[in-house]
Amino acid sequence: MLRACLRGANATARNNFGKTRLTNLQHCRHYTAGETSGGGAAKVVAAGLVTVGGGIGGTILYAKWDNKFRAAVENNVPYSDWLLGLALGPPSPKSGLPIKKQKELAQPPSMMDKQTNVSKAKSEKKVKEAAESPASEMSPVPIQPAQSIEEASAEATHIISAISEVTSVPAPCDTEGAAVKEEYKDCHEHQDTSVTAAVHPDTESPTATEPLKERPVEEVAAILAQQDQEEQDIATSVSASLEESLTSSAKATLQAIGAQEAALQAITRHTLKLKEAMEAEVPPQEKSAQWKDLEAALADRTGAVNDAETALSKANEALDSLKSVIDKSKGLKVSAVRPLVLAAEENLHNMVVDLDKVVTKVHSAESEAKIVSQYSELVNEAKQQFQREVSSLTPEIQANWKGLTGKLSSDDLNALIAHAHRRIDQLNRELAEQRVREQIHIDAALEQQKLEDQKALEKAVSTALQHIKEEARLEQERKLSELREVMEAEMRTQLRRQAAAHTDHVRDVLKVQEQELRVDAEQVLSSKMLEQETRYRQLSQEQLDNFTLDMNTAYARLKGMEEAIDSHVVAEEEARKAHQLWLSVEALNYTLKTANADIPTVPLEGAAQAVRDSCHDSDFALALSSALPEESLHRGVYSEASLRARFNSLRSLARRVALIDESHNSLYQYFLSYLQAALLFEEKQEAPPAQLCSEDLDPFKLLSYASYCLEHGDLELAAKLVNQLRGEARRVVEDWLTEARLTLETRQVVSLLSAYANAVGLGTTQAP
Amino acid sequence: MSEKELGKKWDRCLADSAIKLGTGLGLGIVFSVLFFKRHTWPISFGSGVGLGMAYANCQNDLRSHYLQKIAASE
Repeated sequence: MLRACLRGANATARNNFGKTRLTNLQHCRHYTAGETSGGGAAKVVAAGLVTVGGGIGGTILYAKWDNKFRAAVENNVPYSDWLLGLALGPPSPKSGLPIKKQKELAQPPSMMDKQTNVSKAKSEKKVKEAAESPASEMSPVPIQPAQSIEEASAEATHIISAISEVTSVPAPCDTEGAAVKEEYKDCHEHQDTSVTAAVHPDTESPTATEPLKERPVEEVAAILAQQDQEEQDIATSVSASLEESLTSSAKATLQAIGAQEAALQAITRHTLKLKEAMEAEVPPQEKSAQWKDLEAALADRTGAVNDAETALSKANEALDSLKSVIDKSKGLKVSAVRPLVLAAEENLHNMVVDLDKVVTKVHSAESEAKIVSQYSELVNEAKQQFQREVSSLTPEIQANWKGLTGKLSSDDLNALIAHAHRRIDQLNRELAEQRVREQIHIDAALEQQKLEDQKALEKAVSTALQHIKEEARLEQERKLSELREVMEAEMRTQLRRQAAAHTDHVRDVLKVQEQELRVDAEQVLSSKMLEQETRYRQLSQEQLDNFTLDMNTAYARLKGMEEAIDSHVVAEEEARKAHQLWLSVEALNYTLKTANADIPTVPLEGAAQAVRDSCHDSDFALALSSALPEESLHRGVYSEASLRARFNSLRSLARRVALIDESHNSLYQYFLSYLQAALLFEEKQEAPPAQLCSEDLDPFKLLSYASYCLEHGDLELAAKLVNQLRGEARRVVEDWLTEARLTLETRQVVSLLSAYANAVGLGTTQAP
Repeated sequence: MSEKELGKKWDRCLADSAIKLGTGLGLGIVFSVLFFKRHTWPISFGSGVGLGMAYANCQNDLRSHYLQKIAASE
């Protein structure tokens, strides 16, 4: 039936194949016959090519436009990155990261800009300050003319440095002096007083003002003393000169005043006398005496006036010299001299005033005297006239007609009376005339008087003005000097205060420094002390330590010796035990060798028991000895040789049932399996590879590997390989596998035990 | 020994197949002679039956191990 089926199948197959061949031929004939079908194919091919090309071109273009798409394409399609690179060039990284980077880059530059701006501002400020400083540098130059201020500041610094009694206080003095100067400067020129501007000129000013440098106390004191001395000398000289000139001028003035007074008196006397002489009815004898007196008085007066004039001139000279001296001393500009100068000026003024008063008195007296003299002259003229008249009338009678009354005749007398009457008429007529012209004369006289009064007034006013001006100036000078004194006093107090502050500050600084130094010194001292102490302690400790160390070492050695002896004992015991164990394990090992071909070994029970007995204290050995499989204990194990022999017989059987497993186990499969075994040739023995791959799981290969392993004594690997068999072959070799496992287990345990025993034995052996 | 099992199975199989074949042949001959007028078809029928039975038995015997396993797993 099978054959029939097979035949039928073959027939059908043949038929089918024949048909297809026929159809194929037909198709081929069709292909070879028709030309149009070839053109159709070409069209199809061309259309396909165009589509593909279009697709690729479109992809490339879109990838050029959209980089994400390009990245996706490159990731997914294998050689697209090469193609796209060829077509478009390397991909540009235009992603979001560079924007952030740009932002970051933008931020630090902005910050840096800010910093640069800040620094620029600073530098600009510095530049401005530097610009200011040249401007302020110029300003020290105008200081040079103001030497007085500099001198004053120099004096101030000297005073300060002298008063404070500090060795050298350069900076504050200089800065104070410079600050004073600076204040002056700022008042005059700068409105924006910045500290830096002050600092720069402070640094500049020392270079500009060379004289203002450090000087020690002695030099300063010497210079100060010298200056004082000089001043004093000047003052004394000036005062001496002033006094001299004052005294001389005072003397001269007094003299002049006395002379003027004398002159005044003389003038008044003379005037009185003249008046008396004019008006008084005095007997003729006394008249001549009177006239003589008058002349004497006149002479006196002229002499006194001359004396007065000379004295006045002398006084003026003296006053002028005093004035010049005063001016000169004023020009010296020494402070101590000023009050003297002021006093001298006042004195001068007073003297001048007195002198002027006296001179005015004298002038008024003189003017009176002039009037009186004029009057007397008129009278004399009239007398002279009368005398001439009388003499003309009576030539014989001489001057003194009053004494000649007895000598005169009646004619003469009548003539004289007639003359007298004529004279009286004349005089009456003159009187009338005069009375008429009285007003005019009075007016003229008033005018004259007014003029003279005006002149006198003007003169008086001018002199008064001068005096007042002088007084005002003197007052001003006095006030100025007072003010100056006050200022001086205030300045002195301020300077004293400053000095006091400076001393306080210096004292504080010194105190602080002292504290610091003390602290440092104490620290150093304490550290040194500590060091010494620690060293001492260290040494003593070292000694103690050494002693204890020695003691400890001795004790330890003793202990060590004792322990060594004990351990020797223990070790010997251990060694004995180990020997015992080893012997028992060797016995166990020997029992394994008692297997003959096909006969298992003797049961390992006894030897195992012996091992168990000899290893009471070793858990490892106990565990191992209990790990021996039961079968080996009771029945024994097969040797490797027997297993090998058995395997050889098994091999052929396994080959024969290689195809049989759960699914394939019909008789037909058996037949096929047997056929395969008969037809397949493999290596008797083949070295197994280090790693099995799926091809090596073929049973034939496995069996050849296992044979190789067995031939080379590797039962374990053989068992592993045999373990890979599946199906019926596995069932067939199952028993052999269990036996092999048993043998392997036992051998492993025994080898472990022997290794352990060897190790223990080695461990217990004493090193020489 | 597991390796001897197969041999045992084959032995059984062969013995069984011999018996069955012989019995079938015999019965076929008997029937052909007795009832079917010495046609050959009962003989071939009988031997076929015998052979078939032997085949099935052999196969079953050889498969028995696997069958049990399947039942046990259920």
